[in-house]
Amino acid sequence: MDLKEKLVSSFLAFENGVDVDNPVHDIRSEAIKKFEAKGFPTKKEEAWKYTSLNTLQKIDFSIFPKKESNLEYRDVKKYFLHEIDTFKIVFVDGVYSSFLSETTHDGVDVCLMSSALNKPMYKQIIDVYFNKIASQEDSLTSLNTAFSKEGAYIYIPKNKIPKKPIEIIHFATGNEAALLLQPRNLIIAEENAEMQIIERHQSLTSNEVFTNSVTEIFAAKNAIVDYYKVQNDCTTASLIDNTYIDQKGGSAVNVHTFSFGGKLTRNNLNFYQNGEHVDSTMKGVTIIEGKQHVDHHTLVHHIEPNCESHQDYKGIYGENATGVFNGKIIVEKIAQKTNAFQQNNNILVSDKATINTKPQLEIFADDVKCSHGCTIGQLDEEALFYLQSRGIPKKEARALLMYAFANNVLESVRIPELKVRINKLIANKLEVRLGFDL
Amino acid sequence: MAYTEEELKKELETKEYEYGFYTDIESDTFPNGLNEEIVIAISKKKEEPEWMTLWRLESFKIWKEMVEPEWANVRYEKPDFQAISYYSAPNKKPKYNSLDEVDPELLDTFKKLGISLDEQKKLAGVAVDIVMDSVSVATTFKKTLAEKGIIFCSISEAIKEHPELVKKYIGTVVPQKDNFYAALNSAVFSDGSFCYIPKGVKCPMELSTYFRINQAGTGQFERTLVIADEGSYVSYLEGCTAPSRDENQLHAAVVELIALDDAEIKYSTVQNWFPGNKEGKGGVYNFVTKRGLCEKNAKISWTQVETGSAVTWKYPSCILKGDNSIGEFYSIAVTNNYQQADTGTKMIHLGKNTRSTIISKGISAGKSQNSYRGLVQVNSRAENARNFSQCDSLLMGNECGAHTFPYIEAKNKSAQIEHEATTSKIGEDQIFYCNQRGIDTEKAIALIVNGFSKEVLNKLPMEFAVEAQKLLEISLEGSVG
Repeated sequence: MDLKEKLVSSFLAFENGVDVDNPVHDIRSEAIKKFEAKGFPTKKEEAWKYTSLNTLQKIDFSIFPKKESNLEYRDVKKYFLHEIDTFKIVFVDGVYSSFLSETTHDGVDVCLMSSALNKPMYKQIIDVYFNKIASQEDSLTSLNTAFSKEGAYIYIPKNKIPKKPIEIIHFATGNEAALLLQPRNLIIAEENAEMQIIERHQSLTSNEVFTNSVTEIFAAKNAIVDYYKVQNDCTTASLIDNTYIDQKGGSAVNVHTFSFGGKLTRNNLNFYQNGEHVDSTMKGVTIIEGKQHVDHHTLVHHIEPNCESHQDYKGIYGENATGVFNGKIIVEKIAQKTNAFQQNNNILVSDKATINTKPQLEIFADDVKCSHGCTIGQLDEEALFYLQSRGIPKKEARALLMYAFANNVLESVRIPELKVRINKLIANKLEVRLGFDL
Repeated sequence: MAYTEEELKKELETKEYEYGFYTDIESDTFPNGLNEEIVIAISKKKEEPEWMTLWRLESFKIWKEMVEPEWANVRYEKPDFQAISYYSAPNKKPKYNSLDEVDPELLDTFKKLGISLDEQKKLAGVAVDIVMDSVSVATTFKKTLAEKGIIFCSISEAIKEHPELVKKYIGTVVPQKDNFYAALNSAVFSDGSFCYIPKGVKCPMELSTYFRINQAGTGQFERTLVIADEGSYVSYLEGCTAPSRDENQLHAAVVELIALDDAEIKYSTVQNWFPGNKEGKGGVYNFVTKRGLCEKNAKISWTQVETGSAVTWKYPSCILKGDNSIGEFYSIAVTNNYQQADTGTKMIHLGKNTRSTIISKGISAGKSQNSYRGLVQVNSRAENARNFSQCDSLLMGNECGAHTFPYIEAKNKSAQIEHEATTSKIGEDQIFYCNQRGIDTEKAIALIVNGFSKEVLNKLPMEFAVEAQKLLEISLEGSVG
């Protein structure tokens, strides 16, 4: 039985475990129909031209983990940003771990999707926001919607700022030979609210894990959301991350994606600017090797005038790694005075590495400034020579230059401890001994 | 007196297609529709050898299996392939020795197009192989070329006189099954040009062909084959104008260029098919497959100025097979009213030290849509491949669109690829500056557009550059809001 059939036939069993009188039930049933009709995307689809899900579909994933697992904090401490105090929403094999988590209802809601979906006090918000910005056409998003049950729910009311950053971490323990996870997150920032979120997926063994995640983010007027995605998983873990962001006037949403690990990683990052003076920033660093595959798909839909978007993606690809970047900017007719910038720089380190990039502009307004730049190249020979002439061996010099190449994306990271962390990850990945403290 | 926006608009709307006339020459037209018999009939009509007929039939078989592509960013009513007549040739078909013998009506047509033969003969020194509704009616300067061993004739003539060359190269760069329109063309091509430059010969003049769709409801299926043997050089010009017609006409041409070791081919096009009127009615569908193959140290350079056609679907490409080969693509695409253009190039780097340059300028006005679609592919064995791409779009008015779809695929670490794209409008301050210096708005726009397109215009041969500049002005007149 292939994965699609298995998922479709498991839907009934899934429905037994959740409240069918809930209005979300209709959304789920609708979504499974859509997924059944479309199935998994194939390479014939333009958006999936360079990324194949065939091998993943051959694996016999368990959809419902059988037993609960407990993790000791000291064993997984290193995966948390433990240098600072944070709110934590932790899932182990898709199940909420109250032991590792630290949630709050004090002025702001940092809690669980399952309670938001089931408790009447949240009904009003769920009605307004749940599955409203997520694509109704994308089959993987539909699949997630059909099985949506658990994930992070964050609601920051007007003028509120949570005391500390929020960490969302998904652990896979390897109790199942192969596990499919489908977290569903809903994040709402009301007017003038502000928050910082760090998201991480971590598999603890070399068993197969396939995560199909959907996150909906709503930023109301003048809200600020910083979202950091740390993708440094084992090479047996695959991730499809679908993020949909709805921005109202004056809001600023910044998404940083750090892709260092994982077997197959696909990021679908979609921004919809439903207001004026909106600022959207997407930054990414990808450093991969082996047979890793990272695919960044971004979409910025400029719907209203006077908005900005900035994209800066850097990639270093070694061995047999494959990188994909597809950045799409759509500027609607009324979205005059739009400023949209997109930059994608890549370095291929090995002869067998591949990079496919497609920066795409679709512009219907005339008074706009849109530009995109894309480069594929090597390190500057002269810079390399300079470092060598100062007594730095070639290997270190190369690593240093690559480090510098990737590092400048980090400038806009606003949590200093996270910045240090990522810096170290980059240095490790490139085997650079920095010789100085960050 | 100041030229107001309103006046500009009015003038543009009333401006009829300059080349919109219809020459009443008796034509020998086949019944509409396409089947094997028609394919055989075309072949027979052209007195082709058996291998050619078989090749056409094979293409037809492939075409039947294929579906029309839909990936391009253009919307149009699909042509009914059974409602098209696949062959139309001027009826009076004697072989002319001098211009006096040519049908005066035909000469008149050419005069209106501004390509008077005798004038060109004297002034420009251009040999013109005029294709009017598919059959070559006048070939000039053939003698001068023959002395150098250069073959420049219609493709049907080449099939008869130089079958070994045609057989060896036709379909090698654009295979029959390459795409829907290439397959169709391979099955039913009516005529086209053939050019062969022998080893080490530099063609002393610019070779040029004018295509023209004349008969109503006929599709134009041109086939061009240019072969530059080792160390040779040729500059080839192709220009198109078509008379005004209400129904959409289909133009599905195939151009194949082969540059052997150390050879260089420069291929320039000015395309000015009827773009349809201001309501978007009529106009030519231009679905063209153009591709060149570069052997060692060879160079192919495409330059195009696209101002016509209701729908354009065209990607002149270079396969950089030999080491050190060079591919270039310079393009200006102008769309106005309801025109749609999806054009660009493909640079396939296979050999070592291959280089390619892409400069594409898109100008959209009115309610038109202009897309750049390009592919730069560096294969794993293409060491030190280098590409530079630049796509700039200029938008005029807020009802048009400019789109960019660049695909970049690199499989070699030594590749160096740069791609830049910008989209902007003509700055008010730029126009103001010109106005201030006493240049009226319309002239200012022409000036700015000219500057914007200069990089490409500079690549055109002299005679074409002048015509192209004029075309740019004509197609954009009054389109600025």
